[in-house]
Amino acid sequence: MLREEEWADLMRAGMAGDAIAYRQFLISVTPHLRAVAHSYKRSFRAGESDVEDVVQEVLLTVHLKRGTWDASRPIGPWLTAIVRNKLIDTLRRRGRHVHVPIEDVTATLAAEEHCGGLKAFEIDGLLSQLKPRQRDIVQSISLDGSSIRDTANRLRMTEGAVRVTLHRALKTLAALYRAGAP
Amino acid sequence: MRTGHLINVLAEDAAARPSFEQHFVRMLACGIAVAAVTFLLLVGFRHDILTAVHSPRFLFKFVVTLALAVTASAVARRAGDPSGNIYGWITAVAFVPVLLAAAVALELVAVPSGEWMQRLIGHDAWRCVVLIPFLSAGPLSCLLLALRQGAPMRPGFAGAMAGLGASGIAATFYAANCTDDSPLFIAAWFSLAILIVTATGYLAGRRLLAW
Repeated sequence: MLREEEWADLMRAGMAGDAIAYRQFLISVTPHLRAVAHSYKRSFRAGESDVEDVVQEVLLTVHLKRGTWDASRPIGPWLTAIVRNKLIDTLRRRGRHVHVPIEDVTATLAAEEHCGGLKAFEIDGLLSQLKPRQRDIVQSISLDGSSIRDTANRLRMTEGAVRVTLHRALKTLAALYRAGAP
Repeated sequence: MRTGHLINVLAEDAAARPSFEQHFVRMLACGIAVAAVTFLLLVGFRHDILTAVHSPRFLFKFVVTLALAVTASAVARRAGDPSGNIYGWITAVAFVPVLLAAAVALELVAVPSGEWMQRLIGHDAWRCVVLIPFLSAGPLSCLLLALRQGAPMRPGFAGAMAGLGASGIAATFYAANCTDDSPLFIAAWFSLAILIVTATGYLAGRRLLAW
């Protein structure tokens, strides 16, 4: 419960434009997304990186759909709904028809934390399908850890243009996840 | 890519954006504006509008269409929120046909049976069946665009509710042009037109609103 309140505070700050709080929210919520994905590992084709593929897709979805969270309500049920829906979607796409009971997701969200910066491979294939400029920006920020400003300077774009391109790239990435059966 | 690297990217895309609710309300306003302009430019008010406003039958059309527009749009908005509760507003939507059925019953009592068919068929039913979907195109597009920012658990249902809300908006405008005021006409032809738009919304929702 306390953790949910902390998430809600971080997300609220993040939605008001506080990037540091938002980043902290993503870092803090990831182990729980991973725990949920792990609990359904048997439904995937085995392998840790498959689980991490799902974690990354769910993270991207939480990011793109955060505007649907009503900040006056608790964040737990919203997160559960997003994660459950995405898990059903991604499991179905991976060729298994699986029923994900809502209680399981809630229970696992409260489960033990895992940590570590795990690697996934599906996203690399999807990145290669982005437009070159979108890919450059995503890679610049992800690998080199550059900020929007550094990336703008390096690519000789305005910061605004980098922001818009980055946001479009993420939306395209989400669509590629949906379209691509691995 | 490591998950930590993905988080770097997501955190850089953290600029404050309007919430889904704000976005939906804006797009709803935009849809109403498009329908209004289309109506004023291409359809227009009926010629006897100034006398018609004294007729309870004419006014009742707006009660039904406005009730539909308000309640179905409210359901569409909540359908875009994965943890939203739609059941209260669904009940309100279901009340609209009850309202219309009550008006039909009153009309059948008030009007001799020899006139029923003539009132049911009206003057120009096809105009109604064509113009309501036509006027719905703008609001339906806007509501579907709004819902793409949302996270509907059932994309087809959300699309159908967008269609129902959009056709409520369109029917409200069209009612000011249409010279058939009998609830019998509304129940037959407005309903058919609304059904067409709702089915379109359902199909579009299944294609466009998955996330």
